[in-house]
Amino acid sequence: MSETTSGKIQLSVWDRVAASQEFKNLIARKKRFIVPAFLFFLVYYFLLPILVGYAPQLMARKVWGNVNLAYLFALSQFFMAWTIAGLYVRAGNDFDERSKSIIDEALIPRDAEGNIEP
Amino acid sequence: MMSPSLLMFLIFIAITLAITYWASKRSTGAGAYFAAGRQIKGWQNGVAVAGDYMSAASFLGIAGIIAFQGYDGFMFSVGWLVAYLTVLLIIAEPLRNAGKYTMADVLAYRLKPRPVRAVAALSTLTVSTFYMIAQMVGAGALVALLLKDSGISYSAAVIGVGVLMIVYVVFGGMLATTWVQIIKAILLMAGTFLLSILVMFHFHFSFSAFFDAVGQVTYHENGKEVVKDFLQPGLRYKPPYGALELISLGLALIFGTAGLPHILVRFYTVPDAKTARISVVWAMALIGSFYIMTTFLGFGAATIVGRDYIATHGGTNMSAPLLAQALAGNIFFGFICAIAFATILAVVAGLTMSASTSFAHDFWTNVIHRGVERKAGEEVRVARFAAFVVGAIAITIAILLGPAANVAFLVALAFAVAASANLPVIVLSLFWRRFNTTGAVAGLAVGLLASIGLILVSPSLMAVDPPTVTGAARHLIQAKAWFPLENPGILSIPLGFLGAILGTLLSHEPTSEDKFNELLVRSNTGLGAEKTSAAH
Repeated sequence: MSETTSGKIQLSVWDRVAASQEFKNLIARKKRFIVPAFLFFLVYYFLLPILVGYAPQLMARKVWGNVNLAYLFALSQFFMAWTIAGLYVRAGNDFDERSKSIIDEALIPRDAEGNIEP
Repeated sequence: MMSPSLLMFLIFIAITLAITYWASKRSTGAGAYFAAGRQIKGWQNGVAVAGDYMSAASFLGIAGIIAFQGYDGFMFSVGWLVAYLTVLLIIAEPLRNAGKYTMADVLAYRLKPRPVRAVAALSTLTVSTFYMIAQMVGAGALVALLLKDSGISYSAAVIGVGVLMIVYVVFGGMLATTWVQIIKAILLMAGTFLLSILVMFHFHFSFSAFFDAVGQVTYHENGKEVVKDFLQPGLRYKPPYGALELISLGLALIFGTAGLPHILVRFYTVPDAKTARISVVWAMALIGSFYIMTTFLGFGAATIVGRDYIATHGGTNMSAPLLAQALAGNIFFGFICAIAFATILAVVAGLTMSASTSFAHDFWTNVIHRGVERKAGEEVRVARFAAFVVGAIAITIAILLGPAANVAFLVALAFAVAASANLPVIVLSLFWRRFNTTGAVAGLAVGLLASIGLILVSPSLMAVDPPTVTGAARHLIQAKAWFPLENPGILSIPLGFLGAILGTLLSHEPTSEDKFNELLVRSNTGLGAEKTSAAH
């Protein structure tokens, strides 16, 4: 896609897109959701084996009838995962729109200097 | 007279063979064979991912571990679902955007394709084959047990399962595999849901009665009657290494699932990254509901059937089928057994598919023939042949090992290799500009060797057995284990990352950095992604 017959140094479509403000915005948007979501999930998940392993008395505390903290915390992991997945799908619509406009922009035919052909 | 189990097995086989015939008429061309033409809908792929993922280990194994060791078994259930957040947030979309048929496609954009694909194919084949052998040995023992009234032996069962999986993959490709997985997932969900309702019916739909019973599970241990609260942690993971073992298991599940080749290839079957995302969410809905219901299966078996009865009627793996028998009689027992059989078949078909795809696409076409198909359709022909060979090898090894072999460690090994070798390299390739070929090869090799090495010297393979333990049940190395954990993740995953990072820093490869922008743009936007191919 980026090859031309002239020997001129030119930017490939990949470099041009990567340098565009629109693409940088997309990456920033993704990071703003994915990094905190991923870190939260790691911390929340690994608290379970850590607490079950190192604080068994705390986890054995009964909360409702015979149901203890260990079981409820384990059960809450399922809802944590579903909630993050739901939020990500909502955020994803925005990523899709931005990606689509970046692709449309990138597929406009250009000359060797990267200018849009008349 | 034919037993209900056998009849239901045969119905399932007939339906799946009909699907394979239908798929074989439609599967022409590489895109259709390897990726079902990338036309699978989001919900369909989600259900298929669930069917591909929930193995006999999840259905029969988890029910058994919870029935015998209570709460600690539920920790597997949690990890197996939560792991999908890694797939969803980090892996699925970039993979669909930038790859074609295998995980190595994503690595090959910026790295030197031949060394990277060769090692990635080796890792894929290792994970798939080990996982497949574990499934086959389990399947053989199980089918022989389930169908013992019909006089089917272990070897016959292994050959039967093996031949069916080869037929699905060789003739039906990814399309047939997908639909076998979809049907299995629906059956598994239905069976598990029915079983859960029956358990609650037994307790008159009173959760407090149910959990009270779980609090007082009675069984015999060393000839003495014991009463244990099965909701309390610690029956399986005991000091001194229990806590570390739990964390290590968690690490292997959270990072391993996103590196399992047979799960990754599923994301190539959908039209675009958005659909890949939707399909993970569908998979999470199903997989999560299933694993929550393991509460009823496992604790139900512990309270209604009891450890003592299960131990003398087939052992831990029979917990769920025996629960079905206790609650609703022989027809329902047959139905649950047929579901277990479908479960195994769908998973081994997925494994065969990913192993043969990696061999044909990565190794044959791209490593040996430098990316050129010498004749049209060669890649598909090689994949079909590879599926046949992989299947034959798995059948042979499973028969040689025999039904008593300790194979549970092979599943741990598959997850450990996926987490320690595959995942670090995929992640670093997607997110680290400086990453290069030496790093990828080093990361894959160190992760692979560390996982295998640590499992070899773990309590799974190294222990001193009393003389009463004989034959295949004896540990391979009769000495005290050098590494105290069954799951090596806590050490092998950091080693895999370390290998990849050191390999990168100790070498220089400007082209990899130059081409990072291409992978960055492709994986994030889908520009230039593989399109849906027309099926006939």
